[in-house]
Amino acid sequence: MSEQIPLVDYLVLDDGDPHLMAHECAGCGARFFDRRNACGGCGGAEFETVRVATEGEVRAFTIVSLAAPGIPVPFVASVVDCDGTSVRANVVNVDPTPEQVRLGMKVRLVTVPVGVDGGGVEAVGFGFEPVDAPSVSEGGR
Amino acid sequence: MAADDVWILGIHMTKFGKHPDRDTVDLATEATMAALADGGVAMRDIGVLAAGNLWGGPAPIGQLLQKQVGQTGIPVYNVSNACATGATALRTAIMALRAGECDLGLAVGVEKLAGAGLLAGANRKSDENESWTPRGRFGAVAPIDGRIGTETMPGVFAQIGMEYGHRYGGTSFELFARISEKNHAHSTLNPLATYTKRFTLEEIMGDVMIAYPNTRPMCSANCDGAAAAVVVTDRKLRTMDPDQRRRAVKVAASVLTTDPWEEACQVLPNVNTLTRNAAQQAYEAAGVAPEDLDLVELHDCFATAELVHYDNLMLCAPGEAVPFFESGATWRDGATPVNVSGGLQSKGHPIAATGIANIWEVCHHLRGEAGDRQIPDANVGLAHVIGLGSACGVHILEKAA
Repeated sequence: MSEQIPLVDYLVLDDGDPHLMAHECAGCGARFFDRRNACGGCGGAEFETVRVATEGEVRAFTIVSLAAPGIPVPFVASVVDCDGTSVRANVVNVDPTPEQVRLGMKVRLVTVPVGVDGGGVEAVGFGFEPVDAPSVSEGGR
Repeated sequence: MAADDVWILGIHMTKFGKHPDRDTVDLATEATMAALADGGVAMRDIGVLAAGNLWGGPAPIGQLLQKQVGQTGIPVYNVSNACATGATALRTAIMALRAGECDLGLAVGVEKLAGAGLLAGANRKSDENESWTPRGRFGAVAPIDGRIGTETMPGVFAQIGMEYGHRYGGTSFELFARISEKNHAHSTLNPLATYTKRFTLEEIMGDVMIAYPNTRPMCSANCDGAAAAVVVTDRKLRTMDPDQRRRAVKVAASVLTTDPWEEACQVLPNVNTLTRNAAQQAYEAAGVAPEDLDLVELHDCFATAELVHYDNLMLCAPGEAVPFFESGATWRDGATPVNVSGGLQSKGHPIAATGIANIWEVCHHLRGEAGDRQIPDANVGLAHVIGLGSACGVHILEKAA
């Protein structure tokens, strides 16, 4: 198996069990994907690393048709509520149409290939796919 | 009148649109000279200058402006607060007056954005031919915009509107498009707007999709423009001519807030709480209620944003933004006219100028000088801006008694 590197440092690729990690404030439980010196919520300076749930619900989405060069469009950008932790991610493995993506839709984390560098290392990102992937022919409303 | 009241003495906005032959200094100069003339004062009378320009003009804009209109040696504050930059400049001048530093201040915002295209968050180039190297606060090996959600403004604000819909129900592509239909209809009466074309609902929904549910006419228009305001203390105003006093507009509230920590604010900016906090503080300071407002200019950077701010500014009961809009309340002949200037979708959004231009719009009505688009008997108005990051400016303005 070729070597892999996560797209971002809060994605953990653990073979067969990919998931996101967050820095959780020991004082108030606020979670951050980047590093903080003191908690934005309570000012506490103690953090622990926690695992974020890999299943969630789409709380907001948009279908982006105009994006930076190199980004295939249209794609679905969303905010997924993973058991109380909000995660920014694309919704993948679904037709990017308002008919196929719904607010409140149940989704789960999956990995997404980003590319391979000159040394053969594969970068791996993440997205969320519908738990009950509706087939296009069924409409899925 | 209270001793620490501050008034708008003179104010001006340039025509918004394309000004290919003029730079930011030229535009800021036009707005400044006209605002001074409108207030009946000169640059030598001004004790403080606050100026803002966000995207790429020559800097420092405040001092460059002074070189065009008068180098009097006064303190200059060059401010930057995203789309709230103009409101921040105005508030900076107001604070200097309230602090007793001087009696007359000037605030200016200017931007050249015509043809700027899509505005996104900070991006970086991909380096796929080299080896993946983690960089930045997320240790990312490639740009994350588009790979981990979106940082484009139309997409961010689309999600903000969709989130409101998820919470309270009742939203749809058509509903958001109808908000845009209203603002474009309003713009036909505003000769200073970038676009003054009325669109049918079908035209808006059928236009190029940028980030569902925002089509192109539902997005703020990139344009060039400047706006400037002269503010004066109550003490000084009393010594001025009757005509200056009659046309002066009272700053009943000037509030600036930032986004307090809330779950999810790190992944989708929360433009709601800081707006609600600013509105609450402003209503309390001004001693007015939302139902007292004769007009509102709010930050409709996208059609999806306008809806949530009806609720955030408490123009309707919590969760009731959809029925509030559907009642017709926010059209110019409704109970609470919103964005009678045409809003950012048609008037245009020259970022640092916006937070002063929307004050100009409200002042224009309170002075009874808004011509064809005058809201009859306007006495109190509110101007609101959001700068992502985030900052929220709310000003409540009252006609002179």
